[in-house]
Amino acid sequence: MIIEYVGVSEINGSLIVLDGVKGASYEEIVTIKLADGSARQGRIVQIEGERIVVQVFEGTSNISLDNTATILTGRPMEMPLSPEIVGRILDGAGRPIDGLGPIYPETRRDINGTAINPVSRVYPRNYINTGISSIDTLSTLIRGQKLPIFSGSGMKHNELAVQIVRQAKITGADESNFGVVFAAMGVKNDVAEYFRRSFEEAGVMQHVTMLLNLSNDPIIERTLTPRCALTIAEYLAFELNMHILVIMTDMTSYAEALREFSSSKGEIPGRKGFPGYLYSDLASMYERAGMIKGSTGSVTQIPILTMPNDDITHPVPDLTGYITEGQIVLDRALQAQGIYPPVNVLPSLSRLMKDGIGEGFTRADHAPLSNQLFASYAKVIDARSLASVIGEEELSDTDKKYIEFGRQFENTFVNQGFTENRSIDQSLDLGWKLLSTLPREELDRVDDEMLDKFYQAT
Amino acid sequence: MANVIYGVNGPVVTVKEATEFSMMEMVYVGKERLVGEVIGITSAYTTIQCYEETTGLMPGDPVEGTHTRMNLLLGPGILDNIFDGIERPLAQIEKECGAFINRGSTVSPLDTEKEWDVTITVKVGDELKGGMIYATTPETHIITHKMMVPPTLSGKVVEVKPDGKYKLHDTIVKIEDSFGEIHELSLCQRWPIRTPRPVKERLTPTVPLITGQRVIDTLFPVSKGGTAAIPGGFGTGKTMTQHQLAKWCDADIIVYVGCGERGNEMSQVLQEFSELIDPKSGHPMTDRTTLIANTSNMPVAAREASIYTGITLAEYYRDMGYDVAIMADSTSRWAEALREISGRLEEMPAEEGFPAYLPSRLSEFYERAGRADVLSGTQGSVTIIGAVSPQGSDFSEPVTQNTKRFTRCFWALDKSLAYARHYPAINWNDSYSEYFTDLDSWYEENCGKEFIEYRGRISALLQEENRLMEIVKLIGSDVLPDDQKLIIEIAKIIRVGFLQQNAFHKDDTYVPLEKQKRMMQVILHLYDRAKLVVAENIPISRIREQGLFEKVTKIKYDIPNDHLEMFDDYIKDIDDKIQAILH
Repeated sequence: MIIEYVGVSEINGSLIVLDGVKGASYEEIVTIKLADGSARQGRIVQIEGERIVVQVFEGTSNISLDNTATILTGRPMEMPLSPEIVGRILDGAGRPIDGLGPIYPETRRDINGTAINPVSRVYPRNYINTGISSIDTLSTLIRGQKLPIFSGSGMKHNELAVQIVRQAKITGADESNFGVVFAAMGVKNDVAEYFRRSFEEAGVMQHVTMLLNLSNDPIIERTLTPRCALTIAEYLAFELNMHILVIMTDMTSYAEALREFSSSKGEIPGRKGFPGYLYSDLASMYERAGMIKGSTGSVTQIPILTMPNDDITHPVPDLTGYITEGQIVLDRALQAQGIYPPVNVLPSLSRLMKDGIGEGFTRADHAPLSNQLFASYAKVIDARSLASVIGEEELSDTDKKYIEFGRQFENTFVNQGFTENRSIDQSLDLGWKLLSTLPREELDRVDDEMLDKFYQAT
Repeated sequence: MANVIYGVNGPVVTVKEATEFSMMEMVYVGKERLVGEVIGITSAYTTIQCYEETTGLMPGDPVEGTHTRMNLLLGPGILDNIFDGIERPLAQIEKECGAFINRGSTVSPLDTEKEWDVTITVKVGDELKGGMIYATTPETHIITHKMMVPPTLSGKVVEVKPDGKYKLHDTIVKIEDSFGEIHELSLCQRWPIRTPRPVKERLTPTVPLITGQRVIDTLFPVSKGGTAAIPGGFGTGKTMTQHQLAKWCDADIIVYVGCGERGNEMSQVLQEFSELIDPKSGHPMTDRTTLIANTSNMPVAAREASIYTGITLAEYYRDMGYDVAIMADSTSRWAEALREISGRLEEMPAEEGFPAYLPSRLSEFYERAGRADVLSGTQGSVTIIGAVSPQGSDFSEPVTQNTKRFTRCFWALDKSLAYARHYPAINWNDSYSEYFTDLDSWYEENCGKEFIEYRGRISALLQEENRLMEIVKLIGSDVLPDDQKLIIEIAKIIRVGFLQQNAFHKDDTYVPLEKQKRMMQVILHLYDRAKLVVAENIPISRIREQGLFEKVTKIKYDIPNDHLEMFDDYIKDIDDKIQAILH
């Protein structure tokens, strides 16, 4: 027998409170039927005896104290999954919106997933060639990694993400087994459209599953979108052995939705009003990247987040940086100079890079070269700050060479066309060419043998 | 009346009108018997924090008490193993339920079927006090596990089994206490995680923990039984430094706690440590290591417990007389877990939302480090090296500040050094060690008086450079007089050639103290000689032309760790070249 609980006893933001409910379980999904015949879904977020707090995904507008009938479904939030999900467009809660009908599930999965046993993880070491010099050489993307793009409003993170998807090359037998899951959270309609069009133009649309929660869609649904996306990704990767790249944009909107939910629930706020569990919450998504034993597939994540006021110490980029394995930081000053992609290489980092490059993966000189580029470019910054005080003319000869090196590095190495796909050899050789403009004794991160081979004095 | 769940909010579960629970008691929650711990009691409600995901729990589900506090099973099999935050064996769980962790797992923490080769060291009639050893077994190739009487027990041995093969729970010795009660001793015992294990007497830590990392051993040493904090924003190399220490430090046992950190990092540790061969013993590093992995997506309450689990395991091996080092990566995640649970309990927050008891919890934890006369009659130590991840890379936040109060070694990681890929990115101006005075006599005895003298001169040069750089930033280095330019050149050699260390280079990853000393000697020798040149008003560029600066900078790569006699050639070369310039 299905019990309908009529009416609610409290409404607060996206939350409703019901009394006298028996047999409710934590995080269970409920269906709320409205008097006008429409139905909404919600999730139980707190239980106190017979009093339950329900989060309504579609929002509480039009709900009054007595116009609802609530039914417990007895199940946590699940995602219907089948191989046919590839190529579909879904809404933020995972329901098809492309007019191609419902998904006939082969299986269902709890969208919260379960933690991967650290023992069962396979340490990722196969690199993905993105064809972008600043990433391939200096912050190499590894299959199974989570590498966010830290950006700001108005910067070209979307273009960069599209370029990565278009150019990302998985070599070997798995080549055709590549797929993209794209989750949009609170992005504008034209941004979502830009991604869709770009995927189509790149001819990858049949491998892409899109989940769209646009900026005018319900906030609470936004907190589900990345989880639905990752559930799809895990299914495709670990059961169908595909290599899945998950792009999630924009994580800042997600975190703000979580804050809104938390504050309407009356929780004690932490930093900048975000709930104290923001770290655990973000981790429960980011940690779903990886590779596991017993499957040849992989989940690689590129979350995109906009730093409010370009502040990297804001809680969202800060906590993200502590969880993800590195970050790619975009820089407004570089963009203003017309450099694309505006990757600021110094704070950018890929933690998994060291084991996925070098002999057998890229080239033996890769690690020393990237170390040296970082070290030399750091000196460029010192020289520039000195030049801003005493003027470029007054600098020592070495410092002048650094200034010139910095200019070349930004204009020819970091800067590359939106459609320019550089092979790893091209990128590395370009790096050596730039380093050769510096005096040989300045290159202290490379041993002599390597220098003899690659340093070409001019 | 059976106790049942009343409310659920995240990891916090409440039970109404229960009377028989006690604080910190371990309980089983729900039909799946999830592990939980009682953290609050009022006459109306008992509050429980649950160590597993609470999805699906409903009011009316049973809650069952165990009448014991949250405790660990201690016995052979801890080493070369990997556990989650509440000592569940992850490899066993993988066998049971695959790559994803299911809830309510009931696997025994230690292998109960394995037979250990036990040698019994007591005989009938012996008087045993708490903590004394009654049997030993080789746990791994290099570590002998010593079975100790639980610290709370003592009595006379009344029955002893012969030496031989026994399983974990087999009784091998029986003792009779002063009340005439017989206690059976097996290969294992239990101990509550939040209670420090007792010692006979605490000692001053006077022996350094040798890590082979130059900036630590020379400038900021930590003692065996000391405490050190590694604070640093993301990307500054906290984890990398912890890994280096875990691999190379000269402790007997390593307990590595991955508290709220990345899963891929843990799999890297697992893989690297099993491939790495300990140069001293010739056996894999895992033989002396136990890992506790509670990654950031595993339940938050177990993350809070993982730190205590780690320190309890460390104390257990200390009691056998070993030097144990525990790496906690990262204590900030633990503090955040405290904050998260505190928030769910609706406690009044103090600074930045952290609970008011954060400082006392931190000090309790760090106080469990130390060198001591242990109950088994020898000496052992626990060294705590805790990573701190300051929010927003701001060292003034509560966790860093409070950690600073309770640790005596502070290795501040610096973002700008990390950006320049200067690793380990330990900033020599912000870091400190308070152990110098305790350790000086050891250094004098083992490395000679010069070591301390060199160290003093090296840090003075770095200080001097720091002062000069203020000027250089304003007006450039060209205007400095030659003697100051020389200081900048030498300090650069110290920074690049000495402080910077390459973890991926076969020789540079671990550098013995003797080589560290000789390196300092050569750098300072170059400085002293070059000063003569400057005194003659010969421009510094003459020395640079000779390639001496470069050559000394590359000593770390050019002189292998087992060819220290090559340093003499360097000294001679410096003398010859400077002589040539002077004439």
